[in-house]
Amino acid sequence: MHIPDGYLSPSTCAVMYAASAPCWWAALRQTRKKLFGKTLPLLSLFAAFSFVTMMFNLPLPGGTTGHAVGVGIAAIVLGPWASLLAISLALTIQALFFGDGGITTLGANCFNMAIAGSFAAWGIYRLASLGAAADSRRRVVAAALAGYGAINVSALLAAIEFGIQPMLFRDATGAPLYAPYPLGIAIPAMMAGHLTVAGLAEAVMSAGLFSYLRRNEPGLVGMGSAAAPATRPTRALWGALALALLLTPLGILASGAAWGEWAPKDFADTATRAQIAAASGQASAPVAAPTGLEKMAALWTAPMPAYAPRFVKSASFGYLLSAMFGVGLIVAVMWLAERVTRKSER
Amino acid sequence: MSAGVVAKTVRGFTGALAQTLVQEEQAQRHGVLQSVDARVKLVGMLALVVTAALSHKLAVMGALFGLGVALAAASQVSLWSLAKRVWLVAFGFTFMIAAPAIFLTPGVAVWRSGGLVVTAQGLRTAALLIARVETAVTLSTLLVLTTPWMHLLKALRTLKIPVEVIALLAMTHRYVVLLMETANAMFEARQSRMVGRLSGGEQRRLMVNTGGVLMSKTLEMGNQVFLAMQARGFRGEVYLLTDFRLRGRDWVAMGGFATAVAMAAMAGR
Repeated sequence: MHIPDGYLSPSTCAVMYAASAPCWWAALRQTRKKLFGKTLPLLSLFAAFSFVTMMFNLPLPGGTTGHAVGVGIAAIVLGPWASLLAISLALTIQALFFGDGGITTLGANCFNMAIAGSFAAWGIYRLASLGAAADSRRRVVAAALAGYGAINVSALLAAIEFGIQPMLFRDATGAPLYAPYPLGIAIPAMMAGHLTVAGLAEAVMSAGLFSYLRRNEPGLVGMGSAAAPATRPTRALWGALALALLLTPLGILASGAAWGEWAPKDFADTATRAQIAAASGQASAPVAAPTGLEKMAALWTAPMPAYAPRFVKSASFGYLLSAMFGVGLIVAVMWLAERVTRKSER
Repeated sequence: MSAGVVAKTVRGFTGALAQTLVQEEQAQRHGVLQSVDARVKLVGMLALVVTAALSHKLAVMGALFGLGVALAAASQVSLWSLAKRVWLVAFGFTFMIAAPAIFLTPGVAVWRSGGLVVTAQGLRTAALLIARVETAVTLSTLLVLTTPWMHLLKALRTLKIPVEVIALLAMTHRYVVLLMETANAMFEARQSRMVGRLSGGEQRRLMVNTGGVLMSKTLEMGNQVFLAMQARGFRGEVYLLTDFRLRGRDWVAMGGFATAVAMAAMAGR
């Protein structure tokens, strides 16, 4: 995932440096406020620690080995701002001193792994451990998910950066000038390795280190912003959810069919065909629905087609009812999951 | 197998520590690049790397690569070691990524066999990628090999990098070496007490627990370092001693870099 020099165009590299710079600046301000004079030794040492753990060969189920970046545990222990600085420092030393990752691509590498990775890990950990007690097993699972999610978010960003190169930079003969594969190849190729080996390595390292620290250095995983109190007031969240539910009928203000979400019958309808052509750069749609689409469309009929139960005549009320049903279903599943997890912890 | 993962990690640490020593020794030699001011070298080499990235022509990248080889030879950098540690590794990695593009890139077919079609555009894109990566990696490696780390960091001030960041990088580098030695000692101690085979799960626990102990040591060391810094008068402000002075040869080097960059930029579009 450490993108070397030459794979991304200089303009992409410049954009990625420009995107990373304000995050570094904000992170320096944030950590200075929190750590006072300790910023220097604590961040340097944690960056050095991340660097060294990146060199650990981690045996994974299936006989293979992988390396972790350490972004999951860094975000949990230090919080996202200090973590992004520590991982950026480790990546800079790797690029400058050990030639792992390019100098022109350092902005992109830091953005993918340090910045997006830290925030993804921190967000996932907070979300997955919401309401969990300090000694709960769910927090270990949350740490594993944080590492796994962070590394995959980073890999996806790198794949997108690779995938847009042939779209934007070609020579007169049409040959791609930098990374040669479009998004359709770059994303699956990159994600295959990260959803399996690299993601697993990060998950094992995050969960393992989290368990170790909770056992031996409990203050550390209870330190900083990542360690949320077991119960947080959720009134504001419920309020926002109620407001979003009330606003759902706004969705029917949008006219026409969503691009690419056509039903087989839309291909025979003249008005919809005109809409499809207008939204597709005047490329006319096939005269009949593709056979595959026709076959698959008949596989499953939703109980509430077009976001409204059949017996409801008002579109707005139907929309609101569908939204309430969907939210209710998700809340019920989450409540059930929490009950099951609590029971297993006892 | 039981010692496999530990041995592999120890080998990795030993290799990295050896590389650190080689780099320090290399940067002290009396060569052409070693005698150039670190600021001139940093800006010049970075400009050459960016020029290689901007170039659309193989001949220009070839010329820049040739310049890198000539500079390495003139700076007492072993070409054999460059080939082994840098060129072959970069080639192997990039070739693996670029090779499918030879067949997957649409364009004018130059060779067909069965279902496989090699296109002119595919060959060109693979060649451009490999040439660009080899050139960039050669130039950036030369910069690191011929400049003492502390000089390189101080030279970063030329690029308006904040003093605080430079101090962070300097400290990180110092503790990377120290923690690598610590981790290495921990793994060697464990390895010397290992008999028989460890299961996958036991190996994972071993690695993760070592990581945990290393983290505890790191944070303890962080507090000790902070106390030591305070005892020496540190109050949160960072100062760097900059004793760079441009000499005649630095102006010549600056002219040389500027000429090479201008020529490559003009010819490369």
